[in-house]
Amino acid sequence: MSEVSNKSSPAPRLLVSPAWFFLGIFFVLPLVIMLVISFGMRGTYGGLKPIVDWWGYLSSGDFLANYRQSLDALYLPIYWRSIWMAVATTVLCLLISYPIAYYIAIVAPTRWKNLLLALVVVPFWTSFLIRTYAWMLILRTEGLANTLLMQAGLIQQPLDLLYNEFAVMIGLVYGELPFMILPLYASLEKLDLTLLEASGDLGANHASTFWRVTVPLTMPGIVAGIVLVFIPSIGQFVVSDLLGGAKSMLVGNLIQNQFSIARNKPFGSAIAFELTAVVLVLLLAYAWWSKKKGQEAML
Amino acid sequence: MSESAPDIETTPQFVGKRAVAPRGAAPFRWERKAMGFHSLLVYIFLYAPIVILVAFSFNEAKQTARWEGFTLQWYGRLMENKLILKSMMNSLLVAGTATVVCTLIGTLAALALGRYEFKGKGPTQALLFLPIIIPEIVLGVAMVTFFGVIQMRLSVWTVIISHIVFSVSYVAIVVRARLAGFDRSLEEAAMDLGAGPVQTFFRVTLPLILPGVIAGALLVFTISIDDYVITSFVAGAGATTLPLQIYSMIKVGVTPEVNAISTLLLLFTIVMIIVAQRLQQPPTEKGERK
Amino acid sequence: MSESISVEIREVSKRFGDFVAVDSVSLEIKKGEFFSLLGPSGCGKTTLLRMIGGFELPTAGAIRIGEKDVTHLPPYKRPVNMVFQSYALFPHLAVLDNVAFGLRYKKLSSADAVKKARESLALVRLEGFEDRLPAQLSGGQRQRVALARALAMEPEVLLLDEPLGALDQKLRKEVQLELKNLQRSLGLTFVFVTHDQEEALTMSDRIAVMNQGRVEQLDASHHVFEYPKTEFVAQFMGAPNFFTGVVKSLAEGLLSIGARTESEIRVRARSNSWRPDDAVRFVVRPEKLDLRTKSGTSDGEVSIEVTIEDRVYQGVNTVWVVRSDEGERYTIYEQNDRPFQESSRFRVGGRAFMSWNPRDTVVMEKKENGQLVG
Repeated sequence: MSEVSNKSSPAPRLLVSPAWFFLGIFFVLPLVIMLVISFGMRGTYGGLKPIVDWWGYLSSGDFLANYRQSLDALYLPIYWRSIWMAVATTVLCLLISYPIAYYIAIVAPTRWKNLLLALVVVPFWTSFLIRTYAWMLILRTEGLANTLLMQAGLIQQPLDLLYNEFAVMIGLVYGELPFMILPLYASLEKLDLTLLEASGDLGANHASTFWRVTVPLTMPGIVAGIVLVFIPSIGQFVVSDLLGGAKSMLVGNLIQNQFSIARNKPFGSAIAFELTAVVLVLLLAYAWWSKKKGQEAML
Repeated sequence: MSESAPDIETTPQFVGKRAVAPRGAAPFRWERKAMGFHSLLVYIFLYAPIVILVAFSFNEAKQTARWEGFTLQWYGRLMENKLILKSMMNSLLVAGTATVVCTLIGTLAALALGRYEFKGKGPTQALLFLPIIIPEIVLGVAMVTFFGVIQMRLSVWTVIISHIVFSVSYVAIVVRARLAGFDRSLEEAAMDLGAGPVQTFFRVTLPLILPGVIAGALLVFTISIDDYVITSFVAGAGATTLPLQIYSMIKVGVTPEVNAISTLLLLFTIVMIIVAQRLQQPPTEKGERK
Repeated sequence: MSESISVEIREVSKRFGDFVAVDSVSLEIKKGEFFSLLGPSGCGKTTLLRMIGGFELPTAGAIRIGEKDVTHLPPYKRPVNMVFQSYALFPHLAVLDNVAFGLRYKKLSSADAVKKARESLALVRLEGFEDRLPAQLSGGQRQRVALARALAMEPEVLLLDEPLGALDQKLRKEVQLELKNLQRSLGLTFVFVTHDQEEALTMSDRIAVMNQGRVEQLDASHHVFEYPKTEFVAQFMGAPNFFTGVVKSLAEGLLSIGARTESEIRVRARSNSWRPDDAVRFVVRPEKLDLRTKSGTSDGEVSIEVTIEDRVYQGVNTVWVVRSDEGERYTIYEQNDRPFQESSRFRVGGRAFMSWNPRDTVVMEKKENGQLVG
């Protein structure tokens, strides 16, 4: 409304130009280059093979070779594992988080709320690497879990707790949990408690109040949490690299391998774009959902 | 909140439906207890590994998980470890530079986004949103490929550039959030009282968004100093950062030195978070005496 | 331009895209007067005030303050100051620093600035609050700091944008009188924006009633209340009792109107433009109407037979809602000065006579005739 917000003012463009300049060169351009490379062919020494016959290359469909290769039966178990582990992580996080978010937002005494919330936020920002490493201390053969179990006489031989899918699962849930608790808390905190009373007044018991009032009203938090947990889980590679064995490779590890070990950049780029596409589709679906519901997206 | 709600279990049912607290309102006592217990377990789950890690950094034992006595020797060893010291210096250099650049670029962008309607606002928002949502691994391989194509040798500079790319958005978001609650009439009041646009910016706008700017800067510093994934792709020889150093030590095996350096890094981030949180509180809460 | 004019607004318009917020408004505000811009939300009153303050630039027209054309000057170059609706106190500055904020640009030494700020705080009776932060003040105190801050600048004109809107009813009444007294003792020009007609009437010397970006009526405040010129003003001033009639004759400044009343109504004509057979609309304020059991009292009163639709007991008043045989609805305020039982001589659904003294008939401006509403 005011003169400063005039549409023709040059000020905003000046203000955003450093960001555009920097991200244009060092963010947009790299992604574009990678997209181009994903249609290329691997050269002998890990570089790109020069294309002599452009027409033949394009018309024969060779430029899609990397994407075709990515669908090879060899890799399907990796995708499958990535997906089911991400789904399982998300579901576990949701089940674990809802009661604690409910507790902090609604049940806990007001004076404790900030502290309880801060205790969730702290791990949110501390090093993911170190928090993952901490589980190695617990789960490894000479680790705390085995030591305690043996001291208690429950087992004679140390268990193989580390370097398997179980360990990866723990690491994923542990790492992503705050991403689920926080949005759930945010929407539970906004919940008008008189609505719950109204529901009870109209004859609904606790369970049906929960399913018919609480859950629908906190759906924005639930969906935001699902998105926030699922996306990092599916692109994960530190957890699986540290806690998982050779048999718990995820998409992230596959991509990393193409760049560091297999030296097949075009193929690695193609998978990276497929992963990006999955993430973007999820986010667009989320944006669409929020818009349809007429809610401000929480992300 | 729920404490003031009547307790259903102790309210006689025969007083009639209206007199009893509505049934859907406060959870039953056993439900509250169950939720409290569950929350306790979650907090233990969240903190036990961290506490264990910190405890082990003071443990005499080198290989086993048994407690063999308190020691500070692992911290002493750190100070002798040239690789760790070098990686610390690298991390500080990278995080420091990235923080300065991100704070500047991000704040300017936030001012534009928070204060103006302009052509290209939508694309700008998308541009600043993308680095956060693109999987780290994708960003890492894209960056390393890019540096290869433009034939830029991997070094500490490539690390700094990459860190700016994925951190600048955080400053923009935090500062913009701060601007969202900004009462435009404050600037109008300043102008009304005789301050020109430049004076208004430095006497009113900047002091009011400064906590957001500092919080954004601390955030960038924390994120940068913690980053492993992207750095692992773009770090050249001699540009090993602390997380990279820790990672390579972990891959070799669990050692008490790793515990010690991890504890230090944890401590550092926690201090940063507390400072950032303090600053992000709106100024009105500071001296509320009511 | 005369010495005694403080603000002159000439054919000022403001458009936001397709929306015309202010539509060619011209008015003059006199030196030392308490001037109110009154109207419903969205009528353009705040936009007009903000253009005087320099926060919006007019799309067309000119604004002069004193002798100076300020139309295109930024706020910091205008000799006016504003009390904002939200008060706009700088949250990072203590009360004293808030009040002294603008004095720096007046080239005052910092000692003088502090002295001036303290004086200004004393004026609003806020001594002892100098070191508080705005967050530590109550709503009423914040409002006074905002006032002190603007007054410290010694503006030629003080602009007030609904400054009492956030206060509760009781405090509001007090502050209204305080503000009025302050204005009178300082002899300052106040331009006050409000949507509350009672507030405007309590404080103002003159009121401009605005509607859809235009000034509908500009008059002394009691005049606006007693003699609304348009149906909008009448409605806004709480007189929604409209009658339709026909001009019978105009002689010696007296207008004779034929309506569904039992006799012709003779009122003082405020314009000579009336011609016989002109359609005419007029209003009578609810408190000037009376409910009778019989028609035709001796002292020249006019009366119409009506059906009683509703009765609302309000303590001091009883409100009667009645309907004429043409289907028009009227509101009548009856003061409850008689024992409660007596008013039960009328019952809802029954017939009665609504009567008034012809001198209380307020004829709407003629140009409205073309666009009669309801």
